[in-house]
Amino acid sequence: MELIKNAIGRLVPTEINGEKQIPYQGVGIYKPDGVKQAPRISSNSDFPVDGNKTVASIKEALIKAGIKDGMTISTHHHFRDGDLIANQVFDIAKELGIKNLRWFPSASFPCHTHLLKYLEDGTINRIEGSMNGALGKFCSEGKMKGTAVLRSHGGRYQAVQDGDVKIDIAVIGAGCADSFGNANGLYGKSASGLLGFALADSEYADKVIVVTDNMVPFPCIPWQIQGNYVDYTVVTDKIGIPEKIVSGTTQITKSPDRLLLAELTAKFCDITGIIKDGFSFQTGAGGTSLSVSLYFKEIMEKRGIKARFARGGSNKYLVEMLEKGLIDYILDGQTFDLEGVRSMAENKNHVWTSPFTSYNYHSKGNFAGMVDVVILGATEVDVNFNGNVVTHSDGYLLHGIGGWQNCLFSKTVILPIPLFRDRIPVIRDEVTTICGPGELIDVIVTERGIAINPLRTDLIEKVKNSGLPIKTIQELKEEAEKICGKPEKINFGEEVVAVIKWVDGTLIDSVRKVI
Amino acid sequence: MEKYNTPVTAGNIGEKVRSDCFITLELMQESGFQIEVLSKVNSLYGNSIKQLCIDGLKFFDIKNAKLKIQDTGALPHVIMARLEYAIKQLIDTEKEFLPEMLEENTSISKKEQFRFSRLYLPGNTPSMIINAGIHKPNGIILDLEDAVAPDKKAEASYLVRNSLRAINFYGAERMVRINQFPKGLEDLKFIVAHHVNLILLPKCEVAEQIKEVDKEIEKLKKAASVNYPIYYMPIIESALGVENAFEIAKASENVVALAIGLEDYTADMGVSRTKEGHESFYARTRIVNACKAAKIQPIDSVFSDIADMEGLAQNVKNSKSLGFEGMGCIHPLQIAVIHQNFAPENAEIEKAKKIILAFDQAKLKGLGVVSIGTKMIDAPVVKRAENTIKLAFNLGLIDENWKASLNE
Repeated sequence: MELIKNAIGRLVPTEINGEKQIPYQGVGIYKPDGVKQAPRISSNSDFPVDGNKTVASIKEALIKAGIKDGMTISTHHHFRDGDLIANQVFDIAKELGIKNLRWFPSASFPCHTHLLKYLEDGTINRIEGSMNGALGKFCSEGKMKGTAVLRSHGGRYQAVQDGDVKIDIAVIGAGCADSFGNANGLYGKSASGLLGFALADSEYADKVIVVTDNMVPFPCIPWQIQGNYVDYTVVTDKIGIPEKIVSGTTQITKSPDRLLLAELTAKFCDITGIIKDGFSFQTGAGGTSLSVSLYFKEIMEKRGIKARFARGGSNKYLVEMLEKGLIDYILDGQTFDLEGVRSMAENKNHVWTSPFTSYNYHSKGNFAGMVDVVILGATEVDVNFNGNVVTHSDGYLLHGIGGWQNCLFSKTVILPIPLFRDRIPVIRDEVTTICGPGELIDVIVTERGIAINPLRTDLIEKVKNSGLPIKTIQELKEEAEKICGKPEKINFGEEVVAVIKWVDGTLIDSVRKVI
Repeated sequence: MEKYNTPVTAGNIGEKVRSDCFITLELMQESGFQIEVLSKVNSLYGNSIKQLCIDGLKFFDIKNAKLKIQDTGALPHVIMARLEYAIKQLIDTEKEFLPEMLEENTSISKKEQFRFSRLYLPGNTPSMIINAGIHKPNGIILDLEDAVAPDKKAEASYLVRNSLRAINFYGAERMVRINQFPKGLEDLKFIVAHHVNLILLPKCEVAEQIKEVDKEIEKLKKAASVNYPIYYMPIIESALGVENAFEIAKASENVVALAIGLEDYTADMGVSRTKEGHESFYARTRIVNACKAAKIQPIDSVFSDIADMEGLAQNVKNSKSLGFEGMGCIHPLQIAVIHQNFAPENAEIEKAKKIILAFDQAKLKGLGVVSIGTKMIDAPVVKRAENTIKLAFNLGLIDENWKASLNE
């Protein structure tokens, strides 16, 4: 494998899985050329005039879709750890003796550990998507046949749109659908809120299968997925485990350390004037991020401030802010609890979005850059503010990128992270894997001090004499090492087991085999 | 005495245990060191953990040993404490395997400093000790008494000693609650020479106990050649203790506060503890009075429902109204509520400002007494106002230059 040093100093392969790769060139440097990927032209004559595309089973649909060796099959993570579809699809592939498939999920979850055996027996050649838990371990140890490719949500849309990944068969699970293939995630026992992650697949895949356990007579309103893109529809008893799709209620963290991080983050946003009338924000669903929005709420109520919009993942706390009039709109990428689902179904100001509207870098702009402040997590940050979200400090793949890379284009990016976790320092000389360049990461909030990227002279100016514990990132790193000890250097294998795509499809880093 | 071929253990392991380690040690007659490191942080610290174990064994002149360490991210001072305790079960030695003393942890505290909040930390649970200081309690208490299981008390004293030396508590007063008399006197050996600021003495009933502690500490201080102040906060937890409160308060000049422990007190009284606290009203007021008479701080019991922040706030308000000047916390989230409610209210601060300004004016005119409205302002009133302002400043409620900003 030939490796080349990219613009951020990391060695990346020039070719993976037989496809030429472009090394990362910097933020906004690489410009794509050409036209978008186009799916085959279909003819109505191949489809029932009455619009009923229902077939008896997923198996029949896959056979009709022409499943064969080497194809790319996509599924989606709307059902999160309660997904029952992806496993079934590959059970069928195995049964049919199909080999060498590329699985192209929008994310994977612990429930997909089931697929390990198909990675082992060659039914699946590789995963291009997130790598969690046992799948990440399998890949990190160099056991996966192909090389994994990790993309952000926006990067996934970009890859499909640009033709970097040609999906042969997309299998879209939907909480609600009609026989024509119109579908949404708003209703039914497997309601997930929205189906945004499947949008690209519906538009660009060669064959599209919609699977539901809640078939309604035409029309299924609203049609988050348009039936006009869909080849086959399938009804099964159960497509997901409801309690694992969305939690009944989102719980805020009880950890005093995390709450402290969240409070400090909100205070920073208050003091720097980021929280002002008409502002916008995005916080994730992780314990710390979720609590940040609660502290935001407190500050907004105290000062009589309203936000123009908040980006989801939505949850009951965000919904409460919307219903109290503290936020004009929720622009939602995914719903994390039942209150989020309810609100999206009922409230016209709770709007579903997709990676196309929110995150796709190869388009005429997206929403991410319009957000005033985004609160994200990271497993590691280095002294140049580069961030890692995919590997653990011991080199094992443990997370997907999600929308993390895309959100870095927000006006201010804040990472509230502990200085160390169980002796593992979070601020390092170099991150194990670069997922996002430091120039886009503005503020690191730790329980032992806040570091502001020197590029943000405006923020540095605003916090002068604020009483906030401002330190340099170098100081924070040294403090972590003073407490934990200086970490030993890890030796990795030569073999590249996974690559990390930047939002424009270039390679920002590669992940080596753990030895 | 050396015990060979007898494995001993130290430390904690289990599903929920973090930042700790479990050591199994066996002394051998020959064949050098056999060290097995099973660590969650093996790739980053595996070699240094092994080296630290070797250093520790060599420090105690051990040549042959089988050692297994199961580690969940323990910091070096924790590993050192566990190792030392394991070794001391096998050999008799006075040597101490000490982590370096942090510069920050040599600070001394003041007799009259604020003690609104003091956070109890189980003395044998490293994960709760590491981040205690970031929550900014006025004091942290490394607890060797009720929060440590009886069979873990011995190893806890090593961890508490090492934590006093190696963990930065970011300005919180470093307190240790020792065990009851007489076992508590043994605990002193682990803390006196390691810059403890204040010692909580549980189940104090008579002044003689304080005098005994005084003597023991003097002896230990001399042996260690240290002369920083070490204060005491006796905890009154029985009917007899309440009756003797004033004598206890006056038993040593190192007594800076009395705390009341209501769980044990109500048990001693044979009544149940209620949220309203009528059953302990006498005890609490008696203690407040004894403290005020002895010019030390009266400190209230902990509020044990960590989910009920409103109840806590009300409790603090009641406490303050009786004259208490602080209370214990059993969860970091209680700290802010306690500080807010012990803090002077806005109206109080504004009144204090007026008094001080009026008195400034009076001084300029050469007067010793002045009145605001119909009320006479004299020296004691001014002193109280000054205390309020100092408190408000220390709590970040007002600016140091509040007078200047008033004139702008």
